[in-house]
Amino acid sequence: MSEKTMTINLKIWRQSNPTAEGKLVDYRVENVSPDMSFLEMIDVLNEQLVHKGEDVIAFDHDCREGICGMCSMMIDGKAHGGYKNTTTCQVHMRLYKDGDTIVIEPFRAQAFPIIKDLTVNRGALDKVIMAGGYITASTGNAQDANAILIPKPIADEAMDAAACIGCGACVASCPNGSAMLFMGAKVSQLALLPQGKVESAKRSLNMVHTHDQLGFGNCTNHAECEATCPKGISIEHIARMNREYLKAAFTYYEKDRSEGGA
Amino acid sequence: MMTSAVNHYFFSSIGRKQLVAMTGLALCGFLVGHLTGNFLLLAGSDAFNIYAHKLESLGPVLYLIELALTGIFVLHLGLAIKLTIENVKARGGTKRYEKKVKTGRGTTFMSQTMPYTGLVLLVFVILHLISLKYGTNYPTTVDGVPMRDLYRTTMEYFASTSATIWYVVAMICAALHTSHGFASSFQSMGWNHGKYFKNVKRIGYLYALAVSAGFAFLAVWAHMKGV
Repeated sequence: MSEKTMTINLKIWRQSNPTAEGKLVDYRVENVSPDMSFLEMIDVLNEQLVHKGEDVIAFDHDCREGICGMCSMMIDGKAHGGYKNTTTCQVHMRLYKDGDTIVIEPFRAQAFPIIKDLTVNRGALDKVIMAGGYITASTGNAQDANAILIPKPIADEAMDAAACIGCGACVASCPNGSAMLFMGAKVSQLALLPQGKVESAKRSLNMVHTHDQLGFGNCTNHAECEATCPKGISIEHIARMNREYLKAAFTYYEKDRSEGGA
Repeated sequence: MMTSAVNHYFFSSIGRKQLVAMTGLALCGFLVGHLTGNFLLLAGSDAFNIYAHKLESLGPVLYLIELALTGIFVLHLGLAIKLTIENVKARGGTKRYEKKVKTGRGTTFMSQTMPYTGLVLLVFVILHLISLKYGTNYPTTVDGVPMRDLYRTTMEYFASTSATIWYVVAMICAALHTSHGFASSFQSMGWNHGKYFKNVKRIGYLYALAVSAGFAFLAVWAHMKGV
């Protein structure tokens, strides 16, 4: 533990319920260790609020090791604080100086309604996945690991896309509130692999239509999503989805088999 | 849902942006043709007027081309305006965050000003057509053939300092607009390949600079030359 501690001034968005009017409230946290994580600093503040008998600040968090995607907040105007490939829980107080003022706001988008304070409902992302972000093809028993040949660069590319933790930073940072990077990562990951390729057309059509209905915006290629993605997912995956979607829209066709096939 | 996939395309987020991308690239191509013709101004009044006359002599073919161009232009701006309005709503209104800082690795000045530079260009195109295409029609004859003296109309238009400045400002907007739009169109169509995309971006910047500078140069040249 470092001996020197800091005093941090916070401006945190407080909103008691989804319809209430919110505002930034000033807080002061003393004895902040530079070794604390950002979330631990908020824990300390919440403990102080409990002792004072005040309502604690609601914020999402779970694994606190950068892999679950729960922690979501705009720190000083940037999703997850804007550090490269970093989630909020991996931001440490050593990055700040004694006396700094930090503004904390929830992720905002039309599709992300605020539940309370910094907690938002990101269920819309789940709905996008439910529309087709999976494989339904029957695969039978587990095969020999090398039965399906996948070149290493392709496997790597699919893994890069699969790294998405669904935190929603792309939506929160997108000037258009679009979830294209989130959706593109899943469409791209599955389109790259032989197991996922077979359903790619149907998947991209269903996911894109669901995405649009949920109130997400339209991509205009700012690439702000790529810049704030804690997993460094590239907009090349959005391009792959655009390709898949274009192909699917004009060629995907399901024969009516209600009369029986022949 | 599946059988109407094509119908959905024209109302979907990706489908509509691909239409904006394709119409945008088509307009980029038109600008190259337009600029090439403009350079005939340097070859003198006869060369320029003969070129304009040949275009007009196309008759119904020209009307078809003009109709297609108008269609492309209207589709491009109509969809862009619709998408922009939807996007403001989707991000949660004009006032979204109390504090928002750009990462510096994503949005650029060009990408953020697309709606504004686009609107400037819309106004520009309308005024441009009124004052030149539908401007004063001076009759002249070249080698015994009667035709319109478009050269004179053009040179008279650019004799005005304010017209020249407005033209150059519009060309700066065109440069900003296409420097994002060109590469962005490739990304929207899904033509982003790790091996080529850096060069697509470079070509986009080069295109934006060369075409806009070309138009602006001719405007300034015409202004300096006088009537």
